[in-house]
Amino acid sequence: MLNPTHELCSIPMPDQYFGMDDYGKGTPRWCPGCGGHSILASVQRVCKDLQYPPEKTVCVSGIGCSSRFPHYMGTYGFHGLHGRAFPVACGIKFRRPDLNVFAITGDGDCCSIGAGHWVHAIRYNMKMVVLLFDNGIYGLTKKQTSPTSPMGTLSNTHPAGSVLPPINPIQTTLGLANVSFVAQTTDWNSAHLYATIRKAADHPGLAFVRIVQRCPVFMRDLYGDIATNKDELILLSHQNGIDLKPSALQSFKHILEHDPSNIHKAREHAETEDGIPIGLFYQNTSSPRYDLYGAHNRGMNTTDKKWALESLLDQYTIRNN
Amino acid sequence: MGDIKDIRELPQKKVIKPVKLDEHIIEIVSDSGEGAQKCGQSLGAISAKMGNGVWTVEIIPAEIQPPARSREGASGIRVRIGSKKVTNTGNYANLVIALNEQVIYGRLRQDAYDDQTVMFIENKWATHELDSIRQQYADAIDEFKALGIQVHEIPMETECLKLTPNPRKGKNMWVLGLLCYIYNRDVSKAEEQVQSIFRKKSQAIIEMNLRLLRAGYDWAERNIELHFEIPAMQVSSDQVVMNGNESLSLGIMAAGIELCSMYPITPATSVTHHLAEYFERVGGIVHQAEDEIAAIGFAIGASFAGKTAITVTSGPGLALKTEFLGLAVMAEIPLVIIDVQRGGPSTGLPTKVEQSDLLAAIYGEAGDAPKIVLAAATIEECFHFVILARKLAESFRTPVILLSDANLATGVQPFPRPKIDTEWFSAPIDQSPWKEDTKPFDWDPQTGLSKRPIPGQKGGMYTVTGLAHGPHGRVAYEPEINQNSAESRSRKIAAFQKTLKPPIIHGDAEGDLLLVGWGSTLGAIEEAVDRARNLDFKVSSLHLRFMFPIVPGLTEIFSRFKKVITVEINYSDQLGDPMITKENRRYAQLAWYLRAKTQFDIDCFSNVYGQPMNPGKVFQLIERELSEGTNNINS
Ligand SMILES: Cc1ncc(C[n+]2csc(CCOP(=O)(O)OP(=O)(O)O)c2C)c(N)n1
Ligand SMILES: [Mg+2]
Repeated sequence: MLNPTHELCSIPMPDQYFGMDDYGKGTPRWCPGCGGHSILASVQRVCKDLQYPPEKTVCVSGIGCSSRFPHYMGTYGFHGLHGRAFPVACGIKFRRPDLNVFAITGDGDCCSIGAGHWVHAIRYNMKMVVLLFDNGIYGLTKKQTSPTSPMGTLSNTHPAGSVLPPINPIQTTLGLANVSFVAQTTDWNSAHLYATIRKAADHPGLAFVRIVQRCPVFMRDLYGDIATNKDELILLSHQNGIDLKPSALQSFKHILEHDPSNIHKAREHAETEDGIPIGLFYQNTSSPRYDLYGAHNRGMNTTDKKWALESLLDQYTIRNN
Repeated sequence: MGDIKDIRELPQKKVIKPVKLDEHIIEIVSDSGEGAQKCGQSLGAISAKMGNGVWTVEIIPAEIQPPARSREGASGIRVRIGSKKVTNTGNYANLVIALNEQVIYGRLRQDAYDDQTVMFIENKWATHELDSIRQQYADAIDEFKALGIQVHEIPMETECLKLTPNPRKGKNMWVLGLLCYIYNRDVSKAEEQVQSIFRKKSQAIIEMNLRLLRAGYDWAERNIELHFEIPAMQVSSDQVVMNGNESLSLGIMAAGIELCSMYPITPATSVTHHLAEYFERVGGIVHQAEDEIAAIGFAIGASFAGKTAITVTSGPGLALKTEFLGLAVMAEIPLVIIDVQRGGPSTGLPTKVEQSDLLAAIYGEAGDAPKIVLAAATIEECFHFVILARKLAESFRTPVILLSDANLATGVQPFPRPKIDTEWFSAPIDQSPWKEDTKPFDWDPQTGLSKRPIPGQKGGMYTVTGLAHGPHGRVAYEPEINQNSAESRSRKIAAFQKTLKPPIIHGDAEGDLLLVGWGSTLGAIEEAVDRARNLDFKVSSLHLRFMFPIVPGLTEIFSRFKKVITVEINYSDQLGDPMITKENRRYAQLAWYLRAKTQFDIDCFSNVYGQPMNPGKVFQLIERELSEGTNNINS
C-alpha cells in the first residue's frame, strides 16, 4: 500500500506504509470467545505501529490451538512441532538479525513437552517476543490436564480432578538463568495486552509474556466472570513498567507499585495467591544475548572463504610436487 | 624375521641392512593416558610424509579412565603402513608394543594377533614390588609365548628414567624413536613431527621429547635386530592426511555451510570439535544446543531463514531427531544430517563401529517421509559427500542424511588434496522480491520440485506447516491434496534417482559370487576380493553410496552372479541356529533392503563384534562360499 501523503507531506514517511490488513491472513478458526482473537489483533496492531515489514517478520509456533496463530498473520510463519517453537525461532534469529521474531506457544507446548527448550531459550536471550497462551488446559486435544491446570481441575485425563499443584510460568521463568524480561497480561484487557506486547517488542532480548487466556469451551469455570470482575486483577505499575493511559488505569481496583529492576520483589509478586498480578515483573536490558554472538561473522565473501580454506588444508598437506 | 632373542646382549651399534616389506601392521597398546595414540599417529604421519600408504585406527576403551592394567582398558592405536595405498586396518598385527601385559589380553580377545606377531613389552612389571603383579606378568608372558607370539621384554621405563623422572609422560616418544629405527623412518621428519605435536608446549618440553625420541632410536639401533624398509609409493599430487571426522568437518566448511547445530555424542562429536576450532575463520559458527531435538530444530530454523544448516550426530541422537526430520520432509526444508554410526541399539557400544542405522535413516520417521540417504565409503568421500549433500538438499528441497561410522571417524589416511572450488559454497540468501503468482509449493507435475520463498523476500509470505498442505502452503483437509502432495514429495526423489548411474563393479561383471557392501567396509572387501581373484575365484564386489534413492541397475547386475552376499557390520541371524529358519531370519540391513528392492535371494555376512571389517574375514567368507564341497557359510 503506497503512502498517499508521500508527496504532500514534508515529514519523512516510509516508502511503503503497512496497514492492519497487511498483517492478517484468512479467518481464525478459534472458537467464539477464545482469547486467541484478541491476542491476534494486538500483535497485528503492534506490528503496524512499529511498521514491521511483513516479509521481515516471522511468527513461529509449536502445536496447539494457540499455535495456529502464524496461519492468521500476513507475515512469514512457521507452524512446527509440539513443544519445539523455541529451537526453531532461535535458529531463525541466530543468523538473521534483520528478522522480527514472535514465538507463540501454549501451556502444554511450553511448560510440558517443550519445557527443556523453555529453560534454554530464556538463557539464550535472543531478541524475540514470546507469547505464552496459557489457558490452563490442552485445548486442541480436547481437555487434558495441563501443567498449569489448577489443582483439582476436572479433565478427561483426571475426571476426579487433577492431583498436582500447577507450574507457575512467571515464577519459573523468573528463576531461570539470564532471564531478561517477564510480563503477564490477560486476553480480556486489550489495552494492557497491547501495551505489554508493545513493550516486549522493544526489549533488547527475549521478552517472555504469559497471557492468561480464557478457554470458553473447556475451562468455562476457571475465570468465570473475570472479564467484568475487577477484584481478581492486581496491576503492577511503575514508570518503567507497562505504559498504560490514565483512562486504562481506571479499570483496575488493585494497583501495586513494582520496580521491574527488582527481581526479588518480582519473585514475591509472582507467588502471590491474592489474585492475578499483571504487568512487568522484571526487565534487564543488559543481559548477554546469544543472537549477537550468532550474528558476528556473517556474510564472509567467497574469496576470503576460499583463502581461509586453502590455508586450513595446508595444515594437513604433504607436498609431493 | 631374524632371531632376536639376545637383543639385550648386543650393546654395540650395528649396521644392519633393512629387510624390504610390502607392508606392516603395528599396534601400540597401553593403559589410557600413556600417549600410545599420539605415538601411533606420529608414526602414521611420518610414514605418510615419506610417501607410504597409511591407515591408522584408534583402539578406544569405552571409559575415560578405565582402571590401570585392565583388559577392558586397552587403549592405543593400530597403524598399517604399506608401499601401496592402504584402505583398511588389515588382519593380524605384525608387531605390537605393549606397555603392560593385561591390555594385550583385551586385544587378543578382539583377535588382533596371531602366531606371527612379534611383541615388545615393557619389562618393569617383572621386578614390580607386588608379588601379584610380578606373577600376573610372568603368567602372561608364558601364555603369549604359548600362543606362538615372539615376546621380547624390553626396559622402556629404565631407559626413559635416564632422561625424565616421569616416564609415564614421555615413554610414547621413546617408543616412537624405537619404531622409527625398526621401520627405518626419516629421523628429521620424526623430529619435525615431535615439534609439531608439542608446538603449544614449552621449549623445555619439546626438547625433552626430542631427547626421548633419539634415545629410543639409539637404544633400538644397539639392541634390536629388526630393521625394515617399506618402500614409498610414487605419488605425484599433494596429499592431505586426516581422519574421517576431520574430513567431514572440512567438507562442511567447503560446502559453504555456515551453521552446525549439534549436541555432543560419540563418535560424532570430534567433527564439531574440529569445526569449533576453525569454522569462524570461514564465516561459520557452531551452536551447541540443549539436546538433539533442539539441535535439529535450530538447524531447520536457520535453513528456513535462508542458509542450509547441518546437524551432526550418532544413532541415539538420530532417533531423537526423527520428528523434526519428518517435518523437514513435509515442509520441504533443505537440511544436512550427518550420522557417524556407532554400536546400538540404545547407548550400545559408543566408541565402536557398527552400520546399524541404515534402515533407521531411510525409514525411521513416522508417516511416509522420503528423503535422500548417502553413505561415505572412504575418508576422502567424507569430505566430498558433505558438499554433495548440501547441493542435493537445496536442489531437491529435502533433508539429506549422510552416514559415516566410527571406523571412518578415527581412521587416518592420506588422499589427494581437494582443490577448493567456490562453486561448492552455498549462494547468498536470495532477498529479491518473490514472483507474485508462484505458490510456495508449486510442485512441478513432472519432477515434484518447487521453489521456496525465504523470509525477507517481499511477497513470498507463507506459513510452513507440518500439517497436510496444498501448493499454497495452507492447511488442507481435502483427501486429494494429501495424496497429491505425498506424490510430489516422492516424485522428486524419483527424479533425483533418474540422474544416478549404475554402480561400478570391482572385478568382472559376472561370476560365481558378488559381495555388496556400503560404508567403511570398502577397503577390506576389495582387498579380499583382489586376493581371491588372484587365486582364480570368480568373485566381484559392489559398493553402494546412494542408499536412498537406490542406484539403478542392481537387478541386472545381480542376475549375472550365481550368488549375492552383503558384507556389513550389523546384526543378522545365523542360518545354522536351530531357532532360525529362512522365513523368520532377520537379515543384515542392506541385505533386507536389497531383497525387497530386487527380489533376489540375497544372503548376508554380518556381525556386531564392534570391530572394523577386516580383509581376512571377508577372504574366509569367499573361500567358504566358493571352495568345492563347502556349503553356504550360513548353513
Ligand atoms: C509429539 C506430539 N505429542 C502430542 C501431540 C498432541 N497434542 C497436540 S496439541 C497438544 C496440547 C496442546 O495444549 P497447549 O499447548 O496448552 O495448547 P492449546 O491447544 O491449549 O492452545 C497435544 C498434546 C502432538 N501434536 N505431538
Ligand atoms: Mg493450553
